[in-house]
Amino acid sequence: MANFETVTVETDLLLAGGGMACCGAAVEASYWAKKNGLKVTLVDKAAMERSGAVAMGLSAINQYVDLNSGNNTLKDYCDYVRNDLMGITREDVVANIARHVDSTVHLFEKWGLPIWKDQEGNYVHEGRWQLMINGESYKVIVAEAAKNALADAGGEYFERVFLTHPLMDGNKCVGAIGFSVREKKVYVFKAKAVLCAMGGAVHVFKPRSTGEGFGRSWYPPFNSGASTFFTLYAGAEMTCQEVRFIPVRFKDAYGPVGAWFLLFKSVATNAQGGNYMQLNAAELEKWESYGKVKPCPANLRNWLMMLDVMEGKSPIYMQTADAIQKIAEEAPDEKAAKRKLKELEAEAWEDFLDMTISQAILWAASNVEPEKKPSEIMACDPYFIGSHSGASGAWVSGPEDLQTAETKGEYFWGYPQMTTVGGLFAAGDASGASSHKFSSGSHTEGRIAGKAAIAYIVDNNAAPNVDQAQIDALTAEILKPLDTFEAHKGVTTAVDINPNYIRAKQFMYRLQKIMDEYAGGVSSQFKTSDKLLEKGLELMAFLKEDAANLAAEGLHDLMRCWEAYHRMYQGEAHMRSILFREETRWPGYYFRADKPSIDQANWLAFCNCKYDRNTGEWEMIKRPVKYLTQ
Amino acid sequence: MPSYVIAEKCDGCKALDKTACQYVCPNDLMVLDEGQMKAFNQEPDMCWECYCCVKICPVQAIEVRGYADFVPMGAMVTPLRATDSIMWTLKFRNGMLKRFKFPIRTTEEGKAQPFDQYATGDDDLKSPTLMCEPAGLNTEKGPVKMDKVQTL
Repeated sequence: MANFETVTVETDLLLAGGGMACCGAAVEASYWAKKNGLKVTLVDKAAMERSGAVAMGLSAINQYVDLNSGNNTLKDYCDYVRNDLMGITREDVVANIARHVDSTVHLFEKWGLPIWKDQEGNYVHEGRWQLMINGESYKVIVAEAAKNALADAGGEYFERVFLTHPLMDGNKCVGAIGFSVREKKVYVFKAKAVLCAMGGAVHVFKPRSTGEGFGRSWYPPFNSGASTFFTLYAGAEMTCQEVRFIPVRFKDAYGPVGAWFLLFKSVATNAQGGNYMQLNAAELEKWESYGKVKPCPANLRNWLMMLDVMEGKSPIYMQTADAIQKIAEEAPDEKAAKRKLKELEAEAWEDFLDMTISQAILWAASNVEPEKKPSEIMACDPYFIGSHSGASGAWVSGPEDLQTAETKGEYFWGYPQMTTVGGLFAAGDASGASSHKFSSGSHTEGRIAGKAAIAYIVDNNAAPNVDQAQIDALTAEILKPLDTFEAHKGVTTAVDINPNYIRAKQFMYRLQKIMDEYAGGVSSQFKTSDKLLEKGLELMAFLKEDAANLAAEGLHDLMRCWEAYHRMYQGEAHMRSILFREETRWPGYYFRADKPSIDQANWLAFCNCKYDRNTGEWEMIKRPVKYLTQ
Repeated sequence: MPSYVIAEKCDGCKALDKTACQYVCPNDLMVLDEGQMKAFNQEPDMCWECYCCVKICPVQAIEVRGYADFVPMGAMVTPLRATDSIMWTLKFRNGMLKRFKFPIRTTEEGKAQPFDQYATGDDDLKSPTLMCEPAGLNTEKGPVKMDKVQTL
């Protein structure tokens, strides 16, 4: 076996991940840990100041409920999320995040995040729930507060340590194991509770781009399914694994469209100038009451656009020039109009430069001035992201005080954000059925989980019982790709081509091809069926067997092997969940051709699943949807 | 090439305790070739073009060329990040130049103080009150009442 040193770290609360959710947890848990004499340890695969989905920055905060103004209520937010997800949502978890998120945003501002203000000093709203920010350093600021909190409370953080597996004591999570991507060290973290928030999953499906542009996914390519695998392997019940997210963005570079639609009130049209939302409005009748709500659910907006694409009415355009012209025309005189145009131009470019710099490069390289001509938009690839308009993640307990007599038995089991595994909490992209939390809500959910985990530790303050045999077995398994490479590399004259092993990248390509062609990827126009899924699962079984032959040349490559392995489990959970749900509910995310309609009578329900790490068996579970409101 | 390193400018951060681009890349792409003391992007097709390496490089040795599979050649987008603002220069394929400057933070670097921004209402680990609540939920327009918030 490869010769690695084992570093053992003992702590009370382990925060697995370093993105928005774990940064929120680091602040909140440190605050409560300090009062209770406990230690918090955070582990990040990258460098906290630029890790996770907000690494590049953001141009807006998408969840600010503004309860203070009296304009919005928690019910309003629950209605918005429930409708957008076609009825499938855990209102208790959504409401819990929504009632706290404003305080998170106010803390961001105190920490130094510039939020746009109007002349009266009020926040500038992009839309009803969205605030505009100067967010280039959003993650830098949030990570800085997290690090300062850990330091103040006697905690610590580790960077460039990639956690691959949970450590278990029966049905209790007692830590995590992984390795350094910089030094030959295996890290063992023993903890009394663990918060899993290691992001969503990208590159499970084949992206649209090829070659160099492979990494230009909308969500970051370093979100590799670690959360899903971690919670699945622990035996946690998972939810909404079928609810992928496919955003519509500016074509190829995937620049944001939110400011264009919401702030600039731009319209999107087909190539003939027709507004597909109006032209295809009759289609909305087929999707129950969700087709009639405002705003129209994201997946139905996608679907109406895709109908035009399938009819050959592409390219689809964001009519940027018309939108800007219209705003400028509202100015009282020519001078004011000119000033307004200049302002809008800066706002439009900042939108890209803060969060999708590639789109600015693409526009500059194509000589696009948005005030002069429209730009193409397009549906991206499928992503797994519990924080946005998708919903995949672990099934977690809600808060006790928001439950009704009907929901309490189903949705509450002791500690908010705890999964069905003892001591294992989840937040951000790792927790499911609580969509539309975005960056601020993920941070908030991390805070809720952080406080709840400290409460759990105070109630269950026993030293973690970690079996050495489990650590030894996992260490051998984690390092195996290095051993496989060493054992066989000399057999052929080219390291990539060898009958004894498969490299991480080829393994990922194979997974992506299966997902793309059998589970409704880009090349299948997001369409699949029971027969396709069954065939896809057959091919997946071969892939799973071949995972034993993954080979890694070094530490970076070893990380890629485990990322690919994690993605594979996300893919399988997805296929099994689509197969289990015998209807089409989110036509703009995926379309099940053999069950082409929505079936409220049978499927207004959660599709949950569990994986048994000892037998390899999957269990599919149908759970009732119960609302707090209505 | 997504991000690439200009050989002449890169000094391998030899005066620093760590190679800046290698330290910061969220996808572990930037590596230092210790023989030549030059950094390089080891996996350009996994690059998100997040510009974290470009912004952190102390000698401006890193640039980005748009993905070759769909971006026409000839454009350049260059940031200059200071402690409180960032300036962007955009060079179009047709030669046109645009320049924008945006604020990036309102506090001094390192001074994001996590605690004590607002009073925390109670010390009960089982209550729904988070740190800095309920005071931190309010804006100057008035307090949010927790009991009111819980009612859906």
